[in-house]
Amino acid sequence: MKIAVCIKRVADSETRVRIGADGKSLDEAGVKFILNPYDEFAVEEALQRRDAAASGEVVVLALGPAQAQETIRTALAMGADRGVLLQADRVPVDGLEAARALAAELKDGGYDLILFGKMAIDDYNHQVGPMVAELLGLPCVTTVAHLELAGGRGTAEREIEGGVEVVEFPLPAVLTTDKGLNEPRYPALKGIMAAKKKPLDVKPVTPGAGGVVVLAMTPPPERKEGRIVGEGVVAVAELIRVLREEAKVL
Amino acid sequence: MAPKFQGVDFYDTDSLLSEEERAVRDTVRAWVDDHLIPVIGEAYVAGHFPKQLVPGMADLGLFGANLPEEYGCAGLNNVAYGLIMQELERGDSGLRSFASVQGALVMYPIYSFGSEEQKKKWLPQMASGTVIGCFGLTEPDFGSNPGGMITVAKEAKDGWVLNGAKMWITNGSTAHVAVVWAKTGAIDDAESIRGFLVPTEARGFSAKDQKGKLSLRASDTSELVLQDVHVPKDALLPKSAGLKSPLMCLTAARYGIAWGAVGAAMACYDEAVSYAKTRLMFGKPIGGFQLQQARLADMLTEITKAQLLCLQLGRLKDQGKATPQQVSLAKRNNVNMATEVARETRRLLGANGILAEYQAMRHLANLESVYTYEGTHDIHTLILGQEITGISAFA
Repeated sequence: MKIAVCIKRVADSETRVRIGADGKSLDEAGVKFILNPYDEFAVEEALQRRDAAASGEVVVLALGPAQAQETIRTALAMGADRGVLLQADRVPVDGLEAARALAAELKDGGYDLILFGKMAIDDYNHQVGPMVAELLGLPCVTTVAHLELAGGRGTAEREIEGGVEVVEFPLPAVLTTDKGLNEPRYPALKGIMAAKKKPLDVKPVTPGAGGVVVLAMTPPPERKEGRIVGEGVVAVAELIRVLREEAKVL
Repeated sequence: MAPKFQGVDFYDTDSLLSEEERAVRDTVRAWVDDHLIPVIGEAYVAGHFPKQLVPGMADLGLFGANLPEEYGCAGLNNVAYGLIMQELERGDSGLRSFASVQGALVMYPIYSFGSEEQKKKWLPQMASGTVIGCFGLTEPDFGSNPGGMITVAKEAKDGWVLNGAKMWITNGSTAHVAVVWAKTGAIDDAESIRGFLVPTEARGFSAKDQKGKLSLRASDTSELVLQDVHVPKDALLPKSAGLKSPLMCLTAARYGIAWGAVGAAMACYDEAVSYAKTRLMFGKPIGGFQLQQARLADMLTEITKAQLLCLQLGRLKDQGKATPQQVSLAKRNNVNMATEVARETRRLLGANGILAEYQAMRHLANLESVYTYEGTHDIHTLILGQEITGISAFA
């Protein structure tokens, strides 16, 4: 089974991010970048499928700046076989342009399965996976939390509001992965050393500008300081009054 | 869930590391956050080594990580190895001690002094964590003076017979194999010291945990007794020769300790900064008071110096140029530094600082052991004194 995993280099949500001088993008100085956490589920799933079949190939594909090679190597260290970087100055804001660049690379790859994380934690768009499926004319199942593959078909479970939806689809297909699908492995130290010897093709691309423009980025408003309404049992009545009348949460 | 540890890097030392070195560091850091931090406080108070973490450490490849891949090890350079020790000790000195003993005190002597058969037999099993080792050098009456040991190995017709006792042995009661150092000649002949691989199931071998420790509580420390323990001829590490051999092991372990101490210091500093910014007193964060700022400034300064010291020592070691005296300087400086940082963090945290919920006092108590083991602070002072003056002041 030949599996492609599309991954993204994103700012670590644990680092404190600042908005750049242009007011429209992140200031990348001092920010740590990581493999998008939802993409880790996609990488892990691909590795497990390959290992269970004891054959096949896992190819990791990323669109982004030169530094995204490091992100690809994380996936190679986890166990993927080779990587491809579609190198561009930046990831286009318009998801469709990112999808076009990825789809062009994936089109003739002969993949049985193309996996994405369900979304990137930097833009929260949930767009690129389904768009790639559309561009390639393949079936798409999003937010997959359980997966079974047999005889050229797949069955996926999706956690939806109040229950689970079970869908069936033929391969090849595009899937986006959700938390709960698996437990992503740590890249073992031997894997980290092996990763630098695995092939990583860098192909320059020039994605289109697309139709979406970021006008401004603003940080969330500072939370107002809390107020202590009193101490001990005597404060309960006042607390309930405040919660009911001022905060209006009761 | 606690926020993930972000490290301390005031001088952009990250830029001095290779991509692989950073990846190794980040992997171990994430593993410690996910698996050690949630359990260490309780394990420490209960006084037990979190043995359930050993398979996970082995899967990552942490044991003997700077030894070659042909023996099932990760084949990392010494800087990456040091970063592993740093990250483990950021969690707890006990876990780092486990890895130091397994790698630097058992796998390293097998690799350096063992026969090809011994290496092939033991190293892959130790890298995979299926075999745990311990290192028996120190004796009840011979700590800083290991050359005075009274454990002996007498050659018999079908092997060796060992008699003696070893003390302060990390992993002693959990180990499957012990590297035991014993005199094969006259009792005053330190040059006759040789290393032996003794299976802990051998008749006459016993290990008893030392109770009542107020430090390294999440680590097993045992006393070993060897009473007419028969081992076959091939239990001898053939290339071990004299006191120099166990001292080479100690140099290997001390190197990792120098890095580990930086990890403990970083953990404490991180806790101190976070507490200083959020703890309010007299209507403002205590970090707004000059006394606490001085504490934090001193901590950051010392940690930064120690980081650079380790890194250059590691680069020298990778070039085969690091001397035992340089390792002594780093162990002496960094462990003392970390102990001070832990103590000042404990104090900055006020009454909260005595709780197991916070890390500082656990690290402080641990570091008092680290200060003493693997060559006490004082002994390293004498090693440096001898190096500087050419005059030995040991005895």
